[in-house]
Amino acid sequence: MPISRISAAFEKAESHNRAAFVAYMMCGDPDLDTSFEAMKALADNGADVIELGAPFTDPMADGPAIQKAALRSLANGTKLADVLSTAKRFRETNQDTPIIIMGYANPIHKMGYAEFARAASEAGVDGVITVDLPPEEDEELRLGLAEVDLAVIRLATPTTTDDRMKIVADGSSGFVYYVSVAGITGSGTGAQTDIQAGVDRAKNASGLPVAVGFGVKTPEQAAEFSRLANGVVVGSAIVEEVRLAIEAGAPEDAPKRMGALVKSLAGAIATGRS
Amino acid sequence: MDTRNTWDKWPDENGRFGEFGGRYVAETLMPLIHDLEKEYNAAKADPEFETLYRGLMQDYVGRPSAMYFAERLTEHFDGAKIYFKRDELNHTGSHKVNNCLGQVLLALRMGKTRIIAETGAGQHGVATATICARFGLPCTVFMGATDVERQKPNVFRMKLLGAEIVPVSSGTGTLKDAMNEALRDWVTNVHDTFYVIGTAAGPHPYPQLVRDFQSVIGREAKAQILEREGRLPDAVMACIGGGSNAIGLFHPFLEDEGVRLIGVEAEGSGIETGEHAAALNGGEPGILHGNRTYLLQDDDGQIIDAHSISAGLDYPGIGPEHSFLKDTGRAQYLTCTDKEALEAFQLCTKLEGIIPALEPAHAIARVGDVAKELGKDGLIIMNLCGRGDKDVFSVAEHLGIDIA
Ligand SMILES: Cc1ncc(COP(=O)(O)O)c(C=O)c1O
Repeated sequence: MPISRISAAFEKAESHNRAAFVAYMMCGDPDLDTSFEAMKALADNGADVIELGAPFTDPMADGPAIQKAALRSLANGTKLADVLSTAKRFRETNQDTPIIIMGYANPIHKMGYAEFARAASEAGVDGVITVDLPPEEDEELRLGLAEVDLAVIRLATPTTTDDRMKIVADGSSGFVYYVSVAGITGSGTGAQTDIQAGVDRAKNASGLPVAVGFGVKTPEQAAEFSRLANGVVVGSAIVEEVRLAIEAGAPEDAPKRMGALVKSLAGAIATGRS
Repeated sequence: MDTRNTWDKWPDENGRFGEFGGRYVAETLMPLIHDLEKEYNAAKADPEFETLYRGLMQDYVGRPSAMYFAERLTEHFDGAKIYFKRDELNHTGSHKVNNCLGQVLLALRMGKTRIIAETGAGQHGVATATICARFGLPCTVFMGATDVERQKPNVFRMKLLGAEIVPVSSGTGTLKDAMNEALRDWVTNVHDTFYVIGTAAGPHPYPQLVRDFQSVIGREAKAQILEREGRLPDAVMACIGGGSNAIGLFHPFLEDEGVRLIGVEAEGSGIETGEHAAALNGGEPGILHGNRTYLLQDDDGQIIDAHSISAGLDYPGIGPEHSFLKDTGRAQYLTCTDKEALEAFQLCTKLEGIIPALEPAHAIARVGDVAKELGKDGLIIMNLCGRGDKDVFSVAEHLGIDIA
């Protein structure tokens, strides 16, 4: 079920001749109940896939927006188990929208790869992205996830050579996440022609849908990216809505604000290819 | 002397020392670290690289560093004979330059045109800025905001040398945060930038190449002690931050089973207080900054900030080879509190006329214990890996003396 839930989401988008919209949010920011509401808001406003961020103290691949979101979440005491229980709450209300846990290796390593895989499966999670587990290091997690049919979603980047693209593809499932630019989350995007070439290389090597992300902020960019790949990922911009809600003194408004942004992005993606 | 030994089979082809080490980095960096490994292996086999490195180590860094019999400290502790390996006499004042020179030469070989580094105490930053000045390379140093504050002399030194200093205020503003930020810069500027990591940690091949460049310490020490004493020491000792000066001293002695290898971790206010930097004695294996190693972490795998009076030891991790040496039992790791380090700092200054950096002051404190344990027939080499000029202001502050 889990991997096919991901495939179904991409197929459904493709059947409407649009890219799938992959929306990222940080779990536990500002708190778990609000995150649960935010997940629903994302799904209700057009997100096809939800990437649920698991916070880590030292997010090396993230820019300031997601770094700060992780620290806010940790300040509230969010644990990896809480991320999974939030996913589970959402899954009880929604059987269609795939949930991908996105985070760093150490909290998962600490829980134990097999134990994590089992708990994630029980929570209704469909796939996992671990930023600092490249193919060379993800075997234990991969085997654990394979046991419960969860997807291993790997990153491919502009620096990934053709030879490496095969390594990345071999063992990937669900989709491949193509990082548009060598850099951290929330930074600028690369040149369109380069992105297209990278996405095509990832697609050819893996035979999987490819979602492209890093640096997508506006509906215009989302529309542009939707023409290049099977999916578009937006993260920092959505996470920033939480910060704005907190700064406005109304953290409880975060889901509404995130929903509004997601709606405009989803609209742009829906018509992006026409 | 040929010091290649069976321990040299580590790291294996996956960059592992037993179950430690590896390459836990984002995909963007993977092709780079594979390139670096290839280039490093080529450089090692290239006599021209070796000649260039050795020549500068001699004429610019000032090697070999002296082996000094610390007579009054020996009398004071009334036990084993204590020798200092004087790496604080190197150009720039610490062992860090041994590694920086090697890495910058590698960067030049790879055609990289921009150097970045992280620094804690500022010694690695100063050494990197120095070598970059020597080769006319632009240099950016990431330094925790807390450390910028407590290591002002080094910050000014780096600026004089032409480096750009980026204060990092995320986290606790110490070494680990500086390293995160350096990694972020690196992924963003992969095409032209070389990251000079300052300790024997990070993704493979860094722990190996830093060890190899620092092993000059142990190779020299071994030859010098054989000449002076006609025998190997009973123990070699060094302080441990990320572990580069210690692994450099230890590695050439790994095969000599009669030689005890003793590292000294920073215990801050005491392990029991939770405010310390002793990853091996108070941590558990985990994954951070590209390698699997002992780390200070909580029950959920979140990294706990380290605490030490010494900015150079204030790091929640440890090079993976030390984790391996600990688990195999080949090396032993003791600890030293802030208070003990301050006392040892003053003791060494008064008795030997050498102001040590706060980092090796940690080792000096435990040298006393080991000297007593070994008794008068014993022989110890301790790496005096840095001088204390950079620390006089913060030591004055800790002693409640106003010198500003
Ligand atoms: C003088 C000195 N000694 C030791 C260290 C700790 O590093 P390592 O354990 O890599 O030798 C530092 C780090 O800044 C230092 O400046």
